[in-house]
Amino acid sequence: MENAWIIPLFPLLSFLFLIFFGKRLKGASAYIGILLSLASFVYSLLVLFERFSSPTHKAEAVWLTIGDIQLTAGFEVNQLNALMLVIVSLVSFLVHTYSKGYMHGDDRFHVYYAYLGLFTFAMLGLVLSPNLLQTYIFWELVGLGSFLLIGFYFYKEEAKKAAKKAFIMTRIGDVGLLIGMILLFWQVGSFEYDEIFAAVAAGSISTTMITLTAILIFVGAVGKSGQFPLHTWLPDAMEGPTPVSALIHAATMVAAGVYLVAALFPLFTASETALMTVATIGAITAIFAASIGLVQTDIKRVLAYSTVSQLGYMMLALGSAGYVAGVFHLMTHAFFKALLFLAAGSVIHAVHTQDIEKMGGLWKKLRVTGPLFLIGTLAISGVPLFSGFFSKDEILIAAWAHGNTVLFWLAVIAAFFTAFYMFRLFFMVFSGESRSDMSHVKESPGVMTIPMVILGILAVVAGYVNTPWFGTYLGDWLTEGNAALGHGHIEGPSWIMIVATVVSLLGIFLAWLIYCKRSLSRDWLGAKTMYNILYNKYYIDEFYELTVVKVMKFFSLFLHYIETFLVEGLVKGVSAAVSGLGRLGSKFHDGQVQRYGTVAFVGLAILIVVFAVTGGYLK
Amino acid sequence: MSSVPISAYLALALILFCIGLYGALTKRNTVIVLISIELMLNAVNINLVAFSKYGAVPAITGQIFALFAMTVAAAEASVGLAILIALYRNRKTVNIDEMNSMKN
Repeated sequence: MENAWIIPLFPLLSFLFLIFFGKRLKGASAYIGILLSLASFVYSLLVLFERFSSPTHKAEAVWLTIGDIQLTAGFEVNQLNALMLVIVSLVSFLVHTYSKGYMHGDDRFHVYYAYLGLFTFAMLGLVLSPNLLQTYIFWELVGLGSFLLIGFYFYKEEAKKAAKKAFIMTRIGDVGLLIGMILLFWQVGSFEYDEIFAAVAAGSISTTMITLTAILIFVGAVGKSGQFPLHTWLPDAMEGPTPVSALIHAATMVAAGVYLVAALFPLFTASETALMTVATIGAITAIFAASIGLVQTDIKRVLAYSTVSQLGYMMLALGSAGYVAGVFHLMTHAFFKALLFLAAGSVIHAVHTQDIEKMGGLWKKLRVTGPLFLIGTLAISGVPLFSGFFSKDEILIAAWAHGNTVLFWLAVIAAFFTAFYMFRLFFMVFSGESRSDMSHVKESPGVMTIPMVILGILAVVAGYVNTPWFGTYLGDWLTEGNAALGHGHIEGPSWIMIVATVVSLLGIFLAWLIYCKRSLSRDWLGAKTMYNILYNKYYIDEFYELTVVKVMKFFSLFLHYIETFLVEGLVKGVSAAVSGLGRLGSKFHDGQVQRYGTVAFVGLAILIVVFAVTGGYLK
Repeated sequence: MSSVPISAYLALALILFCIGLYGALTKRNTVIVLISIELMLNAVNINLVAFSKYGAVPAITGQIFALFAMTVAAAEASVGLAILIALYRNRKTVNIDEMNSMKN
């Protein structure tokens, strides 16, 4: 565990190596990426096992000394960090492997692997950070990695726009995080998590300040984790290669926001207002994104909205003081969402379209992808015995136990929506007859299906580490020795589990009636306007276009004019005056001796006059 | 014998100098310019002689200086004329406006 700092270095090495030598390696660069990510996964696993038996390890060195303040850099392996290490490195390793098949034949194959390495490095570094400043550095690196990967097909206009959008939207959140960080530093005098928590526990920070900083830091998490109202970049990020979507949605980018809130959990629990904000935003996001997911027709977009919605769940859990529930769902979600995205990538790889209206009847053709997709769908829908069921149950119980009745019911409705749209997606892709020519469809190669199988197994069994039936190992372990994180398991009425099950089965049944058996009309939303509103994602993008973007454009136009006419005018005026003077001077230098003489004489005359008038030297 | 006042000498020198300066700066014929320069030198000589008699400290040095100036002027005129002739052989002109090859 003392050498845990080495884990992020493997992907970094992969990044550096491939950036410099990838061009010569071409296809072989995949092996380097895969091997190095495997190394960091194995090492993470070792660290996790070691963490089971030994206490938190923290190592730090002084980085900068400014006045009497010392900034430190180092790493920390606590329960959350160890767990995150494994999740991130595992998903990253599987995505590396899968990409070998998916990205096969791409011109910039090695660049893709280099970016994957950078992205993984940033995320692994982030989860090892023992202080806010280091977290912030890696936080921005994660943003950079996502920008590069979303814009990987930069020759596509949409990809370019999506990359920029992702970068700018998350940046808006980052400003909040930065301000929150600075305020905390001002109050505590340190970026260290431990010292911040100690100060919070000792009550040396005023409640208002805690609330303010917690909410500002949450703004950063909102941007990164695609929470309402900064969620719009996440669906657009689908322009990147599909394995990247899996990585972004399951392990790296969006998990960072949830991780940040979890890592700073004691700060949030110190302020009821901050918790309430987190829970409310989470619940709103969950139901809001789920309702958009109901009508989307792009396979990846449906999954993207499901991610936004599931992240909302995690925030709701954290905001309801359900630390374990949030982290647990983060873990199970990482597995089944990575599975879903990889399976969706496999489908896209096979049929070369993302429009589910054009798919259908793929169950018979994709004998491996189909069942795996079904497993992922069952898991995310919260069907009993699958991982998503247990973690979602924990979240609902946490919300109920914390007294957020309204948010609880919102989450239940969102669970219904989730089950419905996920099975709508499943039935439209895999059941019935094909709606376009599907004769060329072949199953993906083993290098793509094996990672999916691994994730499929995890999506089923991952839930059993923390169940109300067999014991809450994960919860007990996560909260061990840290009372601030709450209990390992929150007791809740047993009807919640029944309600959750019924609701998700109802959603599945409804989807089956409409999209598989077709005994109900597909125009279930009857009202055309409602459908349009959902299809256009509540016109949020248009709203931003009309308000924020317009205002910003006007403002920048204004600044542009100031620049051209005032600043540039001034500069040009000065330079014109100087060069004009120079041109005037050069006119005299025409080689005419007599003109020189005249000038010299006139100058002398002037000197004498001045001398005569002032009666001596100029004073 | 009523002596001529110093102001008269100085006025004469001033007028001579101004004529010389005007000629040196405006005439286009280089020979005239050289002559004008001689005029200015002579104006200075008049000053020197006048001050050696009526100056604050009358001394013979002024007159000797004037002689020196004449000698040097004679040498300078001969060198100047020689250059001018060489120039004329090259350029077929004595027009001072066209003697601006130093410019570029």
